[in-house]
This record gives sequence, C-alpha cells and structure tokens, in this order.
Amino acid sequence: MLIAVLIVAAFMANAGGGYDVGDKASDFKLKNIDGTWVSLSDYDDAKGFIVIFTCNHCPYSKAYEERIIDINNEYEDKGYPVIAINPNDPDLYPEDSFENMKKRAEEKGFTFPYLFDAKQEVYPKYGAKRTPHVFLLDKKQDGDLIVEYIGAIDDNYSDASKVEKTYVTDAVDALLKGKKPETTHTKAIGCTIKHK
Amino acid sequence: MRKFVGIVLFAVLLIPIASHAGEVPKMDFDRFETYLHKKNDTTYVINFWATWCKPCVKEMPVFETVYEKYRNQKVKIILVSLDLPNQLESKVIPFIKKRNLKPEVLLLDDPDANAWINKVDPRWSGAIPATVVYNHKQDFRKFHEGKITLKELETYLNQN
Repeated sequence: MLIAVLIVAAFMANAGGGYDVGDKASDFKLKNIDGTWVSLSDYDDAKGFIVIFTCNHCPYSKAYEERIIDINNEYEDKGYPVIAINPNDPDLYPEDSFENMKKRAEEKGFTFPYLFDAKQEVYPKYGAKRTPHVFLLDKKQDGDLIVEYIGAIDDNYSDASKVEKTYVTDAVDALLKGKKPETTHTKAIGCTIKHK
Repeated sequence: MRKFVGIVLFAVLLIPIASHAGEVPKMDFDRFETYLHKKNDTTYVINFWATWCKPCVKEMPVFETVYEKYRNQKVKIILVSLDLPNQLESKVIPFIKKRNLKPEVLLLDDPDANAWINKVDPRWSGAIPATVVYNHKQDFRKFHEGKITLKELETYLNQN
C-alpha cells in the first residue's frame, strides 16, 4: 500500500513534466556548434551549471545574449559555466537551425557551449517551457546535480540598465557562499518552444 | 443644416474606423489589471501576443472570427501586445493597419513579468500566446497557454 502511494506520489510529481527545485537533474549528450558532443559529466571541475534554454529567433532570447555572455564570463571561472541549449525544431523556425546557431554564436561571440537539442528530448525532461528559461544546477559531493533555481535571468528583459533583481547571478552567488538561493522560482515572458 | 448633419454623421462614422490603429494605449500591469477583473456580464477574451511571435500571428484569425461572429453579443476581445514598447509605432500599429485588425489592442509595458504573470494566472509559464476567458457574472474563468483553436475558444464562449 505504502509503495503504491509512493509510486502515485512520484508519478504526480512528474505529471506536469520537468524538474522542480530540489530535483536531481539528468545529464545529456548534445552536439555543440563546434561539432563536439557535450555532456555535463565532461566538466570535472565544475561546481554546477547555468543551463539556459534559448534560441536564435526569439526577441527575448536576443535581448539576453549579451547578458548571458557576461554571466558566463564572470561565473565560468568560479565553477558555474553557462550551458546554452536550443530546444526548437528548425523545421518550424529555420532561423533556429544548427547552421544558424553556429552563425549566431560567431556573430555574437558566445563564450559558452551552444548545444542543439535535436531530438527534443532534453527540454521536456527539464521542463523548459519558453526561451530563455534557466535551470541552475548545483553539483553535490556525491556528484548529483540538484536543481536550485528555475526561471528568468533578471527582472527587465527590455533594458539591461534598469535591472533591479539579478535572479540568476544572485542564486549562483548564494551557492558560492554555501547557501540556498533566496529566490528559487521566477517567471518571465518568453517564446514558446517550437515542436511538432 | 443638412450639410452640417452630414459632416457630423461622417465624423461619427469615422471614429470607430480610426480608433484602433491610431491609438494603442501603453500601460503597466497595475493599470492593465482592471481588464482581468471586469465585474459585469460580458465575457472577456484576453489574448497575450506579439507581432514577432509566429504562433500568435497564426492564431489571430481565431480572434478576428470570434470578433465578427459575436459582435452582437456580450463578448469583448482584448489583444494584449507584449512587443517592446519602442516598437509600438514601427511594428504593432503597422501590423494592425495592414490586417485591419478590429479587436481592441493595448500594449502591456511592464518588464518585471515575474511580478505579474501569476496575477494573470498561476498556471501560466510566461510563454506566449496565452489566453484568458472569463465572465464575472457567470463565475467563469479559463486559462489557455499556447495556440488556441476556434473550436476551443468557442467551447469556452458557449460554456457560459
């Protein structure tokens, strides 16, 4: 009986699809724009990851490109690199094709991996709903990757100079101090993830 | 006198044609929030969209059709643009003019979306399109994230 309840509870927790804060995130193996295959397990020294589902075409994603570069430049060395993943089906948005990802990354000078979720299997597992959508993962002593924050990058997509709350970097700063992030969930307007 | 009446009549006829494309009010969420809680017997269809959002543009005919079909009933459509505020003149208004878009359009200019998305509906992830349908008198409220079909929207409209 207890087992049945636990199974039902586990099922219900996943019914909405995707992770909540506190869940263990799974690794993946996705193709990077440089042609290599990237997994989180490749990063022995990382303390965690700033996984950002984003893409080429979405104006909200575009609005954050510079800020994502800045975040990676500051936090990669501190142990929390940015891992960007394009979850969109390029048949629906040719601008989000692998070739165009390479172009965009070169034009903007991305300093982080920009991976293609070609089979569209990673984003539903994480529960990404829009672009950009951030999942901050913290690597625990046993190697487990635990989700510590889900949501927006900051509180002003349209004007970086007017940002008051830097949600993601605040959360990483908390982890660097060995604390839990104060804000663990935020929402933002974004583009739907395109799938057939 | 007849000429005067003619001019007045012409002017009155002109108002509804000119009103939409010319004026798209920009507002923050505090001002917009009243649209989500009108306490009367009209059914409100509130759609969040943007000119750059392909699925939003694709579903626009649904709202145009409903606007025409229910124009003599207590149904009001409000198209809430989430375009960048500085693109109102360059993108939103030309879009309205080109399509001859009839339903009311407003631009929600409030970048701190985390502060207001849950006030629209706690189930909303923030992805657009998204649509709220409600009728205060009937105590009816529906939220729909993603593209809506004419059939789905009419099901909501006919439920109350």
